[in-house]
Amino acid sequence: MSIIKLLDDFTSEKLTTKTTSRREMFNTLSSFGKKAAVAAIPFGLATSKAKAAAFFQENSPVDALQLALTLEYLEAEFYLMALDSGVLEGGSRAETAFMQISKHESAHVDFLVAGLTNAGATPVEKPTFDFTADGAFDPFNENGIGQETAMAQLLALAQAFEDTGVRAYKGQATNLMGTPFLEPALQIHSVEARHASEVRRIRGLKGWITGSMRGDGMPEATQAVYDGEDNVTQGGVDLTGLTYENDIVGNVSDAVSEAFDEPISAETAAAIASLFIVNEDDN
Amino acid sequence: MKKPLVKVDVLEASSKNSKKNTRRKFIKLGGLGLAGSSFLLYACSEDDMFDPGGEVGRPDPDPEPDPEPDPVFDLGSGDVGILNYAYALEQLEAEFYTRVREGGYYSGAPTEEQALMDDLYNHEVIHRDFFKAAITAAAGEENTLPDLEFDFSSVDFDSRDSVLATAMALEDTGVGAYNGAGDRIADETYLLLAGKIVSVEARHASAIRSLIDPDSADFAGDDIIDENGLDLAYDPSEVFEIAGGFITTEFTANDLPEPMTGS
Repeated sequence: MSIIKLLDDFTSEKLTTKTTSRREMFNTLSSFGKKAAVAAIPFGLATSKAKAAAFFQENSPVDALQLALTLEYLEAEFYLMALDSGVLEGGSRAETAFMQISKHESAHVDFLVAGLTNAGATPVEKPTFDFTADGAFDPFNENGIGQETAMAQLLALAQAFEDTGVRAYKGQATNLMGTPFLEPALQIHSVEARHASEVRRIRGLKGWITGSMRGDGMPEATQAVYDGEDNVTQGGVDLTGLTYENDIVGNVSDAVSEAFDEPISAETAAAIASLFIVNEDDN
Repeated sequence: MKKPLVKVDVLEASSKNSKKNTRRKFIKLGGLGLAGSSFLLYACSEDDMFDPGGEVGRPDPDPEPDPEPDPVFDLGSGDVGILNYAYALEQLEAEFYTRVREGGYYSGAPTEEQALMDDLYNHEVIHRDFFKAAITAAAGEENTLPDLEFDFSSVDFDSRDSVLATAMALEDTGVGAYNGAGDRIADETYLLLAGKIVSVEARHASAIRSLIDPDSADFAGDDIIDENGLDLAYDPSEVFEIAGGFITTEFTANDLPEPMTGS
């Protein structure tokens, strides 16, 4: 079963069990910040954990890479479309960042396709993406939401994708142990973190994640990207209780949570991605 | 000198270090890894003092040649070695940001930059003290790298340019060090921990780089990210080459594990 088929099944499962369509789900919109309209359905809800768990049980390195490739397809296409949309002001800091990020994400796609092929696996095909999430967003201003709102959504989605990428690669690292793919995966992982930091800073946030806060102006639907980031126990030690040789500035729990990024499972990553993947069965 | 303290082999580009990656230095420390120029000075002065032909009439026919008063700490082998290696870097970063916050750049910096330096200081102090607790618990105090001493005389803590340039070098080096260490870690828990930390270091590096030039692509610039979109990955010898100049306490890295896959 391909990752894409799996993602499709996530969507089908959701549609049949919840007897509602994504469009209906996204009809419940809540406002965020001043500009962007968003979906109220958390990213992570649209999944069947049982099915995902069954598929990812083996956690083979190839599965890990196929998941990574799917996420890279998503990011690569998102940034290409963003740059093509005219939403970003020419020569702006955001456009400069998006151009550099786009270059990296496209390179990651090529790199993973080549790596999987060389390893004797068949890379998953690029899914059909819908970055409006069935009408919830209009990041490319294709449906007339307006330049300003579109740009706010563009940056918010970029942040969500990059922070998801960091967590997803981290979650797959142990599945790549003992393979030649571990080191390059780590090298991609830290590039995603560099991207995330810059997009967050362009949006006026810190480059790192405090607690499980998605940050000002982020759609509530993106909360699944940040759930669990507030962990303060590392290696079995509650680091808020540690005696530090130098005093921590400000809130210790916040600082500890910022100092460590947390992984997400393949299921969670797939569920987040699936919101932006067109299920051919829908049509 | 009885034996060379450092043997430096310059290697041809290996399969890991592809030829196109010219920023890499293909240097491998043979036998002894070390940190800091003072190690060499110390060793040489010791050599000078040791005069086997002198002091005729000494009662002991076999005088002890300068018994090492403080045995040089070795980072160790296996995962403990890698943890100590990371601990050394975190000690360096934590001390650096501690000094930054005592300097003239920080006291005169805009609030936003002060807040950023506070965060970086917090994170590195937490990383450092976490490693100390974790390694001590796992391997005992005798196998935990002691508190290191540093020489930041090359940094002007009153200068924004100097502070940010040093911060960038340290953060980028940290990213490369963790990325290059991943394939040397045997235990899943430690690999995941390294992963949890390295992405924060990368977030730092990106932020520092964008502070230096906000409207550029430097946050993930072509000077560090290759054409495959891959970040730095350093061998320990490369890391000591960059960071060693700041570390005055001598230690060795004789038994650090090799990459598992040779990738």
